[in-house]
Parts: sequence; C-alpha cells; structure tokens
Amino acid sequence: MRHLRLRAERTWNNNMSELIDFLIVSIVLVAIGIYGLIVKRNAIRMLFSIEIIANAANLTLVAFSRGLPNAQGQTFALFSIAIAAAEVAVGLGLIIVAYRLYKEIDVAEFRSLRG
Amino acid sequence: MADPIFIAVAVLTVGAAIIALEARELVYGAVALAISMLGIAGFFLLLDAPFVAMFQIAVYVGAVAVLIIFTVMLVRTQALFTTKEDKKRKSAGIALMLIMMTSLGSLLLVSGLNGQFGNFGVSPTVDFTEIGKLMLTYYAPALIIMGLTLAGAVIAALALARREDVEQQHERAD
Repeated sequence: MRHLRLRAERTWNNNMSELIDFLIVSIVLVAIGIYGLIVKRNAIRMLFSIEIIANAANLTLVAFSRGLPNAQGQTFALFSIAIAAAEVAVGLGLIIVAYRLYKEIDVAEFRSLRG
Repeated sequence: MADPIFIAVAVLTVGAAIIALEARELVYGAVALAISMLGIAGFFLLLDAPFVAMFQIAVYVGAVAVLIIFTVMLVRTQALFTTKEDKKRKSAGIALMLIMMTSLGSLLLVSGLNGQFGNFGVSPTVDFTEIGKLMLTYYAPALIIMGLTLAGAVIAALALARREDVEQQHERAD
C-alpha cells in the first residue's frame, strides 16, 4: 500500500467508528425511504423517498470502500450519484407533465392507464 | 462505540430524512432533504472520501435540491397541502419500517461483519488519485456511457417539460 497513512499522521479526523455503524445508519435510511414510498401519495414525496434510498446505497458503497480499502467502491458511488441526478431530472419532468394533465400530483389520481 | 461526531451526523441525517417526508409544506421537505444529503456528505468525509463528499454536495445539494425546489414552486397548489393518507396505511407503513429495521439490523449484527474491518481511525485509507485513474482507464467506457446517459436524460427532461400549446400560439402570433 503506497498511500498508507496511519492515524498518527491525521490530526483532523479522530474517527473511532466501525463499518457496522455506517451500515446501521444506511439500513435506517432505507427503511425510512420504503416507508415513504408506501405511505405517501404525493409524487414529489415519493421522489424524495427514492433519493433517500439511493443515498443509503451510496453510503454503503463508500463504507465498504473504506473498510476494504478499495477505490472501486468510491468510483461506483460517483457513477451512482451522477445517474441519480439524471433520474431526478427525468422524474421531475414526468411530474410536471402529469401535473399539467391532471392538475394534481397525487399518484392515486393518475388513472388513465388503469385497466 | 462510535464517536460523538458520528452520532451527531447520524441524528442530523436521519432526522432530516424523516422531516423531508413528514413536513406539511413541500418546500420545507425539499430543504430538509437537502440537509439530509449534506449529512450523507458528512458521512463521506468521516469515511475519508473527500472527493465523493464534494461530488455529493455539488450534485445533490447544488443541483438536485434546487431542481426539486423549482418544481415545487411550479406545481404549488392547494392540493399539496391537503393530506389524503389514511391512518391504516400509515400505521402499516410504520410497522413495515420497524420490521425492516429490526430484521435487517439483527441480520447485520449476527452476520460477522461486526468488527470485521477494524477501526476506521487506524486502518489505511483510499487515495482519491486512484479513483481518477480507475475512472479514466478501466472504467472509461462506463464513464462515456454515463455521459451519454446524462445528456440523454437532460434532453428527455427538456422534451417532456416543453409546452406545445404555448409554442403554437407563438407561431400563430408571428
């Protein structure tokens, strides 16, 4: 390991956490996001939930990247963040179109595709 | 046990995520979501990933949060303020959330990951020049495809949000 740095060299971060702490926070965020996806009927709030879940996944990637240590986890996290930005742009465009059609962003009111 | 900075960031992130979903006004929810994203960036800093943290702040807090706030302003209507969720559904959702937390959390605690990778304060870190090398060598095709996806998504969002009726009126006026 060429870039091995020991704790004594780092003065700004006296971090005592372990991998499991970050994973528990990630699980809590995923559970909150799934709760939002189930309970909320507002399309924008459902988008919030998706963002929270995506962030929890990124946190897991970076935490494992730190624990191994392996740069690929952080690379995947960067890709994931960029794709999530694209997803938000398209999702908000869809919400605006649906709002124009229905004057409503309640997903239960979008029923023109209902069989 | 975890250090106080970690606990503070965790409380900030989880609390802001809950507020984002439960705030009555959608604008406050969007701001709380941005704070939650900032908390995640703080976790990345704690995990010695400053590059990812900067990217997270630039993309999520800088771009996504602003985009969401603009959308909330565009669709601002009375319909946003009336809560139409029934109590049964909400209690079922909370029950599912708690079941997920306890089951996944206990699974994690018995999985043998506990103490597996040692203390993050002493173990070696990842240098971010390595990320740049990986992105431009091994993952270069993925980077190009990601750029094309982003361009496609932006064009798709513009095409979706375009109003044809307004443009036709302008053409008639000309």
